[in-house]
Amino acid sequence: MSTDTAQRSIRCLVAKVGLDGHDRGAHVIARAFRDAGFEVIYSGLHRAPEEIVQAAVQEDVDVLGISILSGAHNTLVPKVIEGLKSYDALEDTLIIVGGIVPEDDREKLRSLGVAEIFGPGTPMEETIEFVRENAPERP
Amino acid sequence: MSRVDQDELISALLAGKHRALARAITKIENRSPGYRELVSELHRHTGTASVVGITGSPGAGKSTLVDKLAKRYRDRGETVGVIAVDPSSPYTGGAVLGDRIRMASNVGDMDVFFRSMSARGQLGGLSTATADAVKALDAFGKDRILIETVGAGQSEVDIVKTADTVVVLVQPGSGDDVQMLKAGILEISDVFVVNKADMSGAAKTVADLEEMIHMRNDPTHGLQTGHHGFEIPDHLNRADPADEGDRWEPPVVETVATAGDGLADLLTALSSHREHLETTGGLDRNARIRAAEEIRQHLRSDAATLLEAEIDRRGGIDALAERVAARETDPYTIADELLEPLRETIKPRSDRQE
Repeated sequence: MSTDTAQRSIRCLVAKVGLDGHDRGAHVIARAFRDAGFEVIYSGLHRAPEEIVQAAVQEDVDVLGISILSGAHNTLVPKVIEGLKSYDALEDTLIIVGGIVPEDDREKLRSLGVAEIFGPGTPMEETIEFVRENAPERP
Repeated sequence: MSRVDQDELISALLAGKHRALARAITKIENRSPGYRELVSELHRHTGTASVVGITGSPGAGKSTLVDKLAKRYRDRGETVGVIAVDPSSPYTGGAVLGDRIRMASNVGDMDVFFRSMSARGQLGGLSTATADAVKALDAFGKDRILIETVGAGQSEVDIVKTADTVVVLVQPGSGDDVQMLKAGILEISDVFVVNKADMSGAAKTVADLEEMIHMRNDPTHGLQTGHHGFEIPDHLNRADPADEGDRWEPPVVETVATAGDGLADLLTALSSHREHLETTGGLDRNARIRAAEEIRQHLRSDAATLLEAEIDRRGGIDALAERVAARETDPYTIADELLEPLRETIKPRSDRQE
């Protein structure tokens, strides 16, 4: 195989942020993304928003998937988004949130820059399809 | 990416913008258009970083050790770049890159730039991509660069060869690993680390490694001593350039990476090796060997690309394979035919020179 053939692969950061210790969903999605041919970087549990920002910037991911089941999304997601902004990394990162987010909070997250929110019971194919269609084109 | 964008990317990288460094590595990894010019441009700004490659079997503790090493360097005020290579699925190309989870000591510290890379099933290409990514980190101004890879095969050996110093991690009780090391990694290792040294069997593994190193340097060694006790000879002090000449005897360092034990010894071993390279001219020699290898690698892959196009012009590889299968021709003849134009263009020039 030539080293000159452009080889693009969708890079995703699957992030667990805050004190929420439920990572089954994040593991399942990480595996599903891998099997879909994505490159998945898993953050591990209990990450601070700054760590997620650091990882997203350094790894230059196309997609940032934040998994939150603790209800702290209104506090944590804005911090991540602010951090990405400070590195000029917000506009070309697709941000999706997975977990339990009440209907009332969804609009707010969307207005901050979250592209989509996937609640419990979302078919895996739906999430993968969404990422495939919306992952930003990189120069 | 346009010429202007590319120039902007390069100046932003050289100005220390993390986003630009990350994007440059992405271009390198993806082989995006313009990546060659990018690396060519960066090359002249490289040469200041000290590069350490770390390899070893899965679960040996490479990521944890890298994390702790990075922390020590940061405590000394040095900046650190890390490239962590993980395997990818040969079927889907997908990968879960998990080395980052262990980077717990450097939370929120942007001066540790950690980048995960997947193998992406490239043949020989991964070592090129890694070497190019190291150049980006070097040009960015990182003082220390750590390359972490799963030590299982030839491509890993190629990757760690881009380092000035190669560390091979072994875990206690891994007799099979030591067997595996004999096959090739032994030759490239500058420092052995027996990690998880608090586990039973650590002393045995250290002894095995040392015996192996001595056997390599002095094949009759085992016959003279008969046994190895628990006393670990201090290779670091014993290495006397006057006696040993240019030869470097890899020390065996014991660590417990999770607790940070033995880290000071490892740092001493790394700086001793660095000193050894500097005093013996090994640093320059290695740089030339690497440059030569890179040139050859580029030639091989570029030539392969040209020939792929030639194959397509002649109806594609499947059609050619079909003819071979039908016994109409054979692989050597086809290779000769495909190479003919290349041979024709190169030959007259070499004739002229003679």
